[in-house]
Amino acid sequence: MAINWFKYSSPASFYSLAGKMIPIFVFAAVALLGAGLYVGFFVAPTDFQQGEAYRIIFIHVPAAWMSMFLYVVMAFWAGIGLAFNTRLSSMFATAIAPTGAMFTFIALWTGALWGKPMWGTWWVWDARLTSELILFFLYIGFMSLQAAIDDPRRADKAGAIIALVGVVNVPIIYFSVQWWNTLHQGASVSVNQAPAMASTMLTGMLIMVFASWMYSIAVILKRTRVIILERESHTAWVAELHKNGAIR
Amino acid sequence: MFMWIIKRDLLLAVRRQADVLTTLFFFIIVVSLFPLSVGPEMNMLRTMAPGVVWVAALLASMLSLGRMFSNDYLDGTLEQMLLSPQSLSLLVLGKASAHWLVTGVPLVLMAPVLGIQYDLSGEALLVLTAALLLGTPVLSLIGAIGAALTLGLRGGGVLVSLLVLPLYIPVLIFGAGAVEANMSGMEFDAHLSLIGAFLLVSGVFAPWAAASALRVSLE
Repeated sequence: MAINWFKYSSPASFYSLAGKMIPIFVFAAVALLGAGLYVGFFVAPTDFQQGEAYRIIFIHVPAAWMSMFLYVVMAFWAGIGLAFNTRLSSMFATAIAPTGAMFTFIALWTGALWGKPMWGTWWVWDARLTSELILFFLYIGFMSLQAAIDDPRRADKAGAIIALVGVVNVPIIYFSVQWWNTLHQGASVSVNQAPAMASTMLTGMLIMVFASWMYSIAVILKRTRVIILERESHTAWVAELHKNGAIR
Repeated sequence: MFMWIIKRDLLLAVRRQADVLTTLFFFIIVVSLFPLSVGPEMNMLRTMAPGVVWVAALLASMLSLGRMFSNDYLDGTLEQMLLSPQSLSLLVLGKASAHWLVTGVPLVLMAPVLGIQYDLSGEALLVLTAALLLGTPVLSLIGAIGAALTLGLRGGGVLVSLLVLPLYIPVLIFGAGAVEANMSGMEFDAHLSLIGAFLLVSGVFAPWAAASALRVSLE
């Protein structure tokens, strides 16, 4: 039996699929968040150098990772939408942007809170912090460009171009540590060598990363559903939903 | 086609000199405001100079982006250009080059004079000019993408700054970095090479991205 891969690229069928998937991801996000915070605050040992303050990495690192991943994912879907003219991909990209911007903001904010006890200052003009700030600007630019354009299809395409142009920035963020090599400590986790942190710390952090993933997926699906309803409000299937009382 | 676009845009600029001069004077005024705001202390001004000149150049180049396509868009010329069988990327490249010749080159020529106001040494002035000469075309090229995307939008002027300024940052870092490296007695070749690399990369990709942006904006 051939699988119809494109079934869910139709907004109508994606809408109901997303509706079924959201509770699963919400549940996973809540469960993982609970587990991650428990490991982070009660199981993981106190760091001998940084004391208790290091525990902010359980929020900071996942947020920083998500901010970068989500930008790439957003650019990917926006690019797919631009190349294949698929409406749902573009809606998905639009739905990702606010979540990505939020994680970027959290990463900057918790970074400042971490920097104060560690470096004695809220903010340093170091390459990594600066690139994260630039990433925040890129999200804001993407969102304000889309907000300024009334025609949704033009907004999708214009946003896709600026997202793809901006994606050049993400590798610069990642490699900035090696390039400029300043105050910010090197990456805490590396694929090439054994991690320098205690394994419970790593476990806690990874659980929090998965929790962030689940949260992002749930929120993005929900936002996509709203965007679908908004843009498809003239169609028969939305009118049907309305009549059945599924939406008000 | 390429040369034709440049010639045409230059002719238009010559006929409307006020536009060119406003950008140049904006640059001069912004640079002159800094000593007034932070005080006339020469040592401090000397360390600030590369950054101030570069930021002013960024802003001046950005402010004039609106003119790159909007006049042609309003009178329908741009639509005709899109319909022509010529390569749209080449057209954008021509437009960006003309923009650079009209706004970038005057900034480059004026920069050493402003550098003297900030008491830069002769060699630092040379590096500053070289860095601007390499860097300002990048600003016009990247700016073309922003100008094409915001064509005909409400509040396009403010929006273009949000889109374009973050992308200018690498040029700013290395442009100002080259002069600072020279002033502190270090090698500045690496900085200039990186700006040269930005120029080559943006020369290849920016016209293409801006061309697809124009198609999106005009469809």
